[in-house]
Amino acid sequence: MIIRVQSEPFDLGAETEGFADAQQGMGAVVTFTGIVRDLPGEGLDRMEIEHYPGMTEKALEKIAAQAMDRWDLGDVLIIHRYGNLKADDRIMMVATSSRHRLHAFEAAEFLMDYLKSRAPFWKKEFTQSGAEWVEAKDADEAALDRW
Amino acid sequence: MDVLYFAWVRERIGIPREKVESSAKTVAELVEELRGREERYEVAFSDLSALRVAVDQELTDFDASLEGAREVAFFPPMTGG
Repeated sequence: MIIRVQSEPFDLGAETEGFADAQQGMGAVVTFTGIVRDLPGEGLDRMEIEHYPGMTEKALEKIAAQAMDRWDLGDVLIIHRYGNLKADDRIMMVATSSRHRLHAFEAAEFLMDYLKSRAPFWKKEFTQSGAEWVEAKDADEAALDRW
Repeated sequence: MDVLYFAWVRERIGIPREKVESSAKTVAELVEELRGREERYEVAFSDLSALRVAVDQELTDFDASLEGAREVAFFPPMTGG
């Protein structure tokens, strides 16, 4: 399992390639990338992501370990940024590998569902008219029920 | 113990962390102590359903014991991903 929490950008192509190259005997690699959405209308000046150093790494390791236990995976990669980001910047990525694609797809979805509401990150959106913390959605919590 | 605040909880209380001397046995008791301090705490802790808590970096609930706890953190529901 590779877990990285960082402020600097990551190279999606190089990370995906590196992850895929490191796999042996795996028939599938699935990746998901989260991108900062612009706000319709007023436009997003920037997004600030705060996190809880120490707990963040532990929470991500726990989520990745749960995925490794539950599905037949070769490996899991999670990269998540914090700090100041702009619209269209990449916030985070996950990659999973498995012998058959179903495991890699399902595990990637599981990782994303848990990352949303169990990893200690908080997003604040800054616009011309001020700043607002992004509120968690009930749907994010409900998404955990299917696992 | 160290008490940490994140996101709007940090903004409302005005500091990211502080040392707290407390004999509280549970998180709920600690919250009651903090609420009694000053209005900014009262405001931050007015609706516990809007808050989450971690003890020693593990997500838990307000009934959790503080026995042996070194670090308690309060924050809104997380918005990762």
